Formats: sequence, C-alpha cells, structure tokens
Amino acid sequence: MADAVKTATRDAYGKALVELGGRNEKMVVLDADLAAATRTSKFKAAYPDRFVDCGIAEENMIGVAAGLATAGYTVFCSSFAMFAAGRAFEQVRNTLGYPHLNVNIGATHAGISVGEDGASHQCCEDIALMRTIPGMTIINPADDIEARLAVLAAPEIDGPVYMRFGRLAVPRVFDETYKFEVGKGSYLRQGTDVTIVATGLLVERALQAADILSDEGVSAAVINMATIKPLDKEILLDAAKKTGAIVTAEEHNVIGGLGGAVAECLSETYPVPVLRVGVEDRFGKSGPALELLDIFGLNAQNIVEKAKKAIDLKK
Amino acid sequence: MNAELKKKLTIEAAKIRQGVIVGTYNAKSGHPGGSLDIAEILSYLYFAEMNIDPKDPKKADRDRLVLSKGHAAPALYAALAERGFFPVEDLATLRKPDSYLQGHPNMNTVPGVDMSTGSLGQGFSAACGMALASKFQGNKFRVYTILGDGEIEEGQVWEAAMFAGDKKLSCLTAFVDYNGLQIDGTIGEVNSAEPIADKFKAFNWNVIEIDGADFDEIEKAVNKAKSETEKPTCIVAKTLKGKGVSYMEGSVGWHGKAPNAEEYKQAMDELAAELKEAEAM
Repeated sequence: MADAVKTATRDAYGKALVELGGRNEKMVVLDADLAAATRTSKFKAAYPDRFVDCGIAEENMIGVAAGLATAGYTVFCSSFAMFAAGRAFEQVRNTLGYPHLNVNIGATHAGISVGEDGASHQCCEDIALMRTIPGMTIINPADDIEARLAVLAAPEIDGPVYMRFGRLAVPRVFDETYKFEVGKGSYLRQGTDVTIVATGLLVERALQAADILSDEGVSAAVINMATIKPLDKEILLDAAKKTGAIVTAEEHNVIGGLGGAVAECLSETYPVPVLRVGVEDRFGKSGPALELLDIFGLNAQNIVEKAKKAIDLKK
Repeated sequence: MNAELKKKLTIEAAKIRQGVIVGTYNAKSGHPGGSLDIAEILSYLYFAEMNIDPKDPKKADRDRLVLSKGHAAPALYAALAERGFFPVEDLATLRKPDSYLQGHPNMNTVPGVDMSTGSLGQGFSAACGMALASKFQGNKFRVYTILGDGEIEEGQVWEAAMFAGDKKLSCLTAFVDYNGLQIDGTIGEVNSAEPIADKFKAFNWNVIEIDGADFDEIEKAVNKAKSETEKPTCIVAKTLKGKGVSYMEGSVGWHGKAPNAEEYKQAMDELAAELKEAEAM
C-alpha cells in the first residue's frame, strides 16, 4: 500500500495520453469542448496537430472517431460520461460497437463524485449502457496508477473500449509495481467470511471496510474489478466458493453495473448471496463530492453493513 | 462526357436497378424506392470516378463511399457486385439469415463496404472522420457519402455538416438524394428540411444542385467538388424515387415494400427494356 497521494483518474488519463502520443504518431485525440475538464488539453498542448475539438456535438464526435479508426488511426475521444455513454449511446452502439472499431472512449466525470454540478451531470448509468453492447470493453480504474496502465493498454484491445474516469482526487491504491491486466480481477486482500468486489473509487473504500470488519473479527476478501466487461468470471467463482457471500461496491446505479454483472454471473454459476453497494436507483444531487459519497452510501460503513447482511444470508 | 462512357454508365445503372429488384423480391422486404433512384450516382462513382480495387477492397489510399442512407443497401450491393467485389448471384440472398448481405450495410462482411450504416445520420459523421484522416495525409483520398432528404432531419447531420465546414474537409463530397419523399409522406408534409441548398451553404459548404439522373451533371458536379481546396461539397441531386419501375416512381408506398411475383415480373421487364435501350446507345 502506498502513501496518501490523491490524484483524480482524469489527470492520469490526460498524462497517459501524452505518454502514448509520444510513441504513436498515428494517435489522434478528439474532445467535445471539454478538453480542460477531461484533461485531453494536455495532449492538445503536446500535439496540437493531432488534437481535434469537435465542439459540443458528441454524436458527431463518435462518428468522426469511427471514420478515423477505419483509416488506421489510434483514436481516443472524450467527454463527460453522461454525454459519451448517455447522449451518444446509439452512436457508440451502431457506429463503434456494431462494426467493432478500435476506438477508445475516455469518459470522465462519471458518478456522484462530480459534485456540485448535480444530477444532470452525475452519470450513474454508463456502465449499464455500455455493458449491453456486444464486444465492448469497460474499464473503471481505481486510482491514477491503474488509470495510466489502462490507457496504455487500451489501443491493444480489439474493438471499442470505454474507460471511466472520475473528477475527484482519490487516494492511491496501488504502487508503481502494480501490473494491470485487461479482463482480470485481482485479490487485494484474502479473506474467508465474505468477499467485497469493488471498482473505481470504491476499491479504496472496500479496503477500509475490510479493515473495519477485521477489527470486528470478520475476515473479508477484497477484489479489485477494474475491467467490468469482459467480466473475470473465474475470480468471482473462486470468491463465491471460498467465502460464500459477496458484496459489490461501485459508484453507479445498483442496476446494471458491476453489481448487476456479478449477480448475473454467480446466479448462473455458483449462487451465493450478492449484496450491492451503489446508487440506489435514484438521481444524484449537488454538493461537495466527499459529502455526497456518504449521503449516497458509497462508503466503508455501508460496505461493512452489507457485508454483515451477506454473511447472515449464508445458509 | 463522351458517348462511350455515358453508354457504359447507363448500362450499369440499369443493372444496379435490376439488382435492387432481384434483392428485394427475394428478400420479400427492403427499400426499393430510395435504392432505385441513386443508381446513376452509384454508377458514376463506382464505374467512372472512384479509385478502388475489387481485388484489394481495403487498400489504404482508396476513395471511400459511405452510404449514410443505409436502407439503400440493395443499390450499393448491386453496384459492388457489378463492379466485381462479389458475385452478382449473391444479390438474391439479400436479408437472409446466413447471407453476408444484411438488410443494412456491414463493413465487416461485405467486400467494398467502407462503413456499417443504417441508423440515419451516423454514416455522415463517419464519412467526416474518414475525410479528416485523408486531410491528415494531405487529402490522399476522397470520401463520398449519400444522404437521404428525409435523413437530413436528423440533428446529427447538422453536427456533421458544421464539423466538415469548420474543419475545411474539402476531400468530402456529400450527395443529398432529393426525391422529396419519406416514409410518412412528402418531406413537406412531414418535417421539411427545405431549403436544403441554403442550409448547407450556411454551414460553409460548396453547394451544387443537379439532376441526379443526368451523368453529365453528376460528372461536372463531382469535378467541381474535386477542384475545391477549402470547402466540402454538397451535391443536392434531384431524383425520382422508384426510378425505372413505372408503378414505383414517385410513390411514397414503395419506400419499404418488396414487389410480389407479378410486380417483380413487370419490374424486371421494364428494366430489361431499359438495359436493352442502353446497350443500343
């Protein structure tokens, strides 16, 4: 475990784009008038000739990305999750997903932690939307270390990639030795009573929850599930067999996101109680991000409570 | 245009129309009306204009065509088959579950299809992306796209038009198939995008209005587009929906309906006569 460095995953995204751009001359970055916020402005400053601002027109941006990809370019395109996955859903589905084009979507400002902008901008539906598109890869990094590695890995993935980044600076979970593998979950903590499967900024909170549980004599395993699609079914099966109870944790609606994916997987392979920590099928609201995370139950305390309930539900 | 080329293109247009009827008749569904009326445009692009190679459909410096009005797939498939990208006999497999000729174009299964389309407005944006790719390479290749006059009611079309005008994608040429009809009626009855030419001009496009069935006018307009160094070009092509099949011409009802056996015979007879006439030119 590293020190208390706090960095927003969007910052790591912007930096990693510059790093990639330096070794790939056929890399192009598109944005929709949010370059400063999504941090693609870093790439724009480094490689102005390979940055194209598409203006406030996300649907067209996705199509432009597709056209560039057909001509052999490595394409990243960015907007807020609400617009990249929400507004442009059908463009992503039909013009990237159906032709299975190698376009990388860097969606920032995902989830409740957008903060003061409030419900219109707090996208808690994007994982659900993207998951239903065949052949889509979805990566939701936990910290800046993982975000960088995900960006570096994305161009090598066959087909479209949806990467989900946050606005809020979050504590570092990994150190420089961390190895990221697309499609693989990883145990951050071993345990015997319950497994917490977390993604994004909830990973660090899951580790806090495991500490609290440990103090209370409960042995909780923690899995980091950065890749939500394709889902690592093997690690889930292993966790279900070893601990017999699962709690998922994500900054997303409890419908259709990581919790939904895990429940679908285990109900068909090894049914055990699966309790979900996430946004309880409601819209967000304005406020300081850290306060909102507590208000919406996206914290260690709620994970602890759900973990105990999951253990109680075991036969 | 010289007489020999015009004869060749007229023959190919008739063959494309035959392919449309063969496909939609065998599929018992599909969109004949808006397929028949772009036969001349496709004939010109595939048989006189575009740098393409049926033996190397993905060659990097090829010119591209994005059929943004993807429901006119039967015409695109017929043009590609006639041009040698795949066997003409396969046109009869249109829309069958095991056929690569899906109801709307799929770039991963059909040789020569440059973009999967079907959801209106989206192909146009992809064509803009291809044109941007060409511009990055010194306008190495040209990009053509065909839009329907109903399709341009989609908001995304104007996002794309603004983008192409702003980014000066001069290697991009968009045809608007201006047949005046959409599913629910005439474009005036539904939600008119008129004046079409003025709208594209306002989005910083070079605009040329032509008779979409006149090869001389198509050639002239395409050549004018190629001489542009700043603006993308929109060719507003006045067409007759259902052209070449008498009972389909100018009829809203033949937008998305296949001919029955009797109608098929009549259509094929009429198109055989058209082909014979073209061969006698």
